[in-house]
Amino acid sequence: MRDKPSPGVSVSPRLVLFLITAVVLIYGVIYPNLYVLAASFQRSGTWTLANYRDVLTQRTVIEAIVNSLGLSVATVLLCALVGIPLAFLFERYAFPGRQLFAVLAALPLVLPPLVGTVAFIFLFGESGILARSIQTFFHLQAPAWTLRGWPALLLFHTYTMYPFFYVLTGAGLRRIDAGLAEAARSLGAARIGVLARVVLPQLTPSLIAAGLLTFMTSMASFSAPLLFGGSVRVLTLEIFTARQRGDAVMAITETVILLSVSLAALVFFQRYEGTRKFAAAAMKGVSRRRETIGSGKARTLATLAAVAFSIMLVLPVVTLVVVSFAREGSWTTQTLPAAYTFSNYQRLFTDPHASEVFTNSFLMSAIAAMAALVWSFCVVTLVTKRGKTDDKPKFVGRSWNRLLSLLILVPWALPGTVVAVSMAEAYGRPSPLLGSFILVGTFWILPLVYFLRFMPLVVRAVQASMEQIDPTLDEAAGLLGARAWRRWARVTLPLVWPGAIAGTLLAFVIALGEYVASVLVFVPGNRPISVAIASELRDFNLGTAAAYGVVLIGIIAISMIVAGRLERLRG
Amino acid sequence: MPLLSLRNISKNFGSTRAVADVALNVEHGEFFGLLGPSGCGKTTTLRMIAGLEKPDSGTIEFSGADITNLPPERRGFGMVFQNYALFPHLNVFENVAFGLRARHKANTEISERVASALELVQLPGYDKRRVDELSGGQQQRVAIARAIAIEPALLLFDEPLSNLDVSLREETRSELRELVNRLRLTAVYVTHDQEEAFALCDRIGVMVGGRIMQTGEPRQLYEFPADVSVARFLGRNNVINAIRLSSSKSSLGAFKTLEGGHTIHLPVSHDELAPLNKPCLLAIRPEHVVLVRDGSKNPESEMAGNVLAAKIREIVFAGATSTVRVDANGLFLEALVLEPDGLKVGADCSVALPTNRLSLLKGD
Repeated sequence: MRDKPSPGVSVSPRLVLFLITAVVLIYGVIYPNLYVLAASFQRSGTWTLANYRDVLTQRTVIEAIVNSLGLSVATVLLCALVGIPLAFLFERYAFPGRQLFAVLAALPLVLPPLVGTVAFIFLFGESGILARSIQTFFHLQAPAWTLRGWPALLLFHTYTMYPFFYVLTGAGLRRIDAGLAEAARSLGAARIGVLARVVLPQLTPSLIAAGLLTFMTSMASFSAPLLFGGSVRVLTLEIFTARQRGDAVMAITETVILLSVSLAALVFFQRYEGTRKFAAAAMKGVSRRRETIGSGKARTLATLAAVAFSIMLVLPVVTLVVVSFAREGSWTTQTLPAAYTFSNYQRLFTDPHASEVFTNSFLMSAIAAMAALVWSFCVVTLVTKRGKTDDKPKFVGRSWNRLLSLLILVPWALPGTVVAVSMAEAYGRPSPLLGSFILVGTFWILPLVYFLRFMPLVVRAVQASMEQIDPTLDEAAGLLGARAWRRWARVTLPLVWPGAIAGTLLAFVIALGEYVASVLVFVPGNRPISVAIASELRDFNLGTAAAYGVVLIGIIAISMIVAGRLERLRG
Repeated sequence: MPLLSLRNISKNFGSTRAVADVALNVEHGEFFGLLGPSGCGKTTTLRMIAGLEKPDSGTIEFSGADITNLPPERRGFGMVFQNYALFPHLNVFENVAFGLRARHKANTEISERVASALELVQLPGYDKRRVDELSGGQQQRVAIARAIAIEPALLLFDEPLSNLDVSLREETRSELRELVNRLRLTAVYVTHDQEEAFALCDRIGVMVGGRIMQTGEPRQLYEFPADVSVARFLGRNNVINAIRLSSSKSSLGAFKTLEGGHTIHLPVSHDELAPLNKPCLLAIRPEHVVLVRDGSKNPESEMAGNVLAAKIREIVFAGATSTVRVDANGLFLEALVLEPDGLKVGADCSVALPTNRLSLLKGD
């Protein structure tokens, strides 16, 4: 019985995991971003600040930077103004209609930005249903408004990004121990005092996290400025047009500027997320019951608000469905399309071009999602701590662990424009990492970009499921005689897979509707759905563009329902 | 030869010393308890026996072989966790069968052994239940069945009853003892509950601050704690500060109490425990303090010796017994009496500290 475990058994799998993790991060995150950073400081082979001097002295660039920052700050404020009160109303009080809104509230989050933008144009645009209705109703000569510039952008951003505040505030409120508020009131604090001195301080980390998320998303916004930004220049758009006209220096330098802002936001975000977790872990106590609104008038008002907000949430989707049945060319000056047909859908499923687009997107998203799933297991197995002490040799210590999770989050925090440009620049020429192989122009660039952008979601999902597993289960399995591999296959995997698959599905559907990065690096051989939607829109095939969008939303809805089921399976 | 030996095991977590120099032997067929307050290192010690933690120094031997570095899956020990650690994705049958499947047993053998294990814990017919449908007590039984199904060479318990409510805890306790006896298993049982340890264990090691302070049979620990920390942990001891006097009668040592200045005699076997003229600690349990109302003669107390004059300060009624706090010229003592009739706060009395009930404690 005097046998010791052979040291090779536990070391080598971890070494393999470490190497896989390192290779992906070096090729996908570190090298491309360092490449654009270095390139922005170089001109004809020498190190110089000339690029920045040239770029930053152009008034259009300064304008774009100021606009992007201003738009993002304004978006954060507006989303807070909408999201926080809604969260208080729907989290704290019970009234008829509450459930309806609660179910729909996060809808804009899963809507692909391009599809949302298109739906907005059909609904709120100057030739959209709403503007036409008002024009007809009041017999106006011109459309009541135009969907252009700042107001349009802010409206769209508020619609799509308020859920960050709504969801995080709601979650924060649910975590706050009701006993604390009760204690404060028993000590004589008035309702408003409780709010200011007990509730808000505890909500602050959630609010800051929501603000940073909104800020980052708004900085990355591309479809809306492209389609109805009008004369408002923003950084993402400037980078796109610079690349379109072949001005690589301008594109790279602007990319680095956008990258720096997003990274700064990410670093803050990570810090606040950490404190949020801590607060959640410390929470044990009374959960709060929703108060029923006593006054009849107030209750009616709340119900009306719930119904109104719910309608506002679904209206863009309803519009999209209506337009998707419009006969092409039948909707010109009327309030609603005049003639309806199934032919748009028929076209999607019979036209070889359309089905090719679907095949491309499905294939590339599936490749990216599956790779993300496999890779997530590697990373999470590598970083997850088991038990009080881990006797196994560690390749990643605590500070390494933090660096690792930061690096993993980088492609998620960076605007899609930045990810696409840095990949395209780094691998658009012979590189030390790939030799003479040039990635740009091949089919593989898009699955890779999708993988990079959305693998953090899968890593998060796998990690969350893994952390929920009681570590004594693994210990119990070990004492019962199960070796590492059997423990993983029979205990860890069955408990992790529902959450992992749910995360993978989410990454898959988001990749399916990806536009920002796709439009920068797609080639004829891998044209995705989103690029097809944009070109149908340009050709005024509104019905077909809408039909694409509806099919995409349908796939997303089904995937989300499946993911929700899986999540419940886990709980 | 003991079945299990821990030789000077130490374990640090960062800069905190969780377990310090623990040495203990568990004999074949013994039910050994590790008793101590929370954070005393008893669970860490158990986890090192299981192989879930590796000691920083020292060795663990089982049947004469060094198992210090053997991973848990190769030790063949069964363990019942505080939170039961049942696999939530498996039903009762598969939970109990887990260890047998890891041993690649034939299906027929697995069903037989699972069935008999479930019968032993009185859960026959529960095979197909999901574990989250079971009550806490039933989950606990499944955890025990899972641990005994592999016919463990050693059974480890980590506070297995602490999540059960009081009545269920006592019932399960006696069933557990009977089960271990019937299967002739050797067990190490970790608990912070003194009553539970006394009821279950053949022998107990009391741990305080990462060290084993005293090992012995329950009665021995209870009546003659060897150490202040043990006396304090086992509770309700009268601890008396005293100095050993040089002049002593024959086999009895003489001590002068620092409070009250009484002279007390007790038998001292190890002279080195209490050097002459140095402060030391004496302990006596409240139920052994004999209380005599003043004026009445009590032959028992006079025979026992160490009779001190005192005043009654407080009488606390606690059901079957009452605790009487007395002040013997500055020395405060507690006595347990069955019937406090006739006792009055402020009245004079005398207390006797029988020489054979007093113990001399190791230093603080």
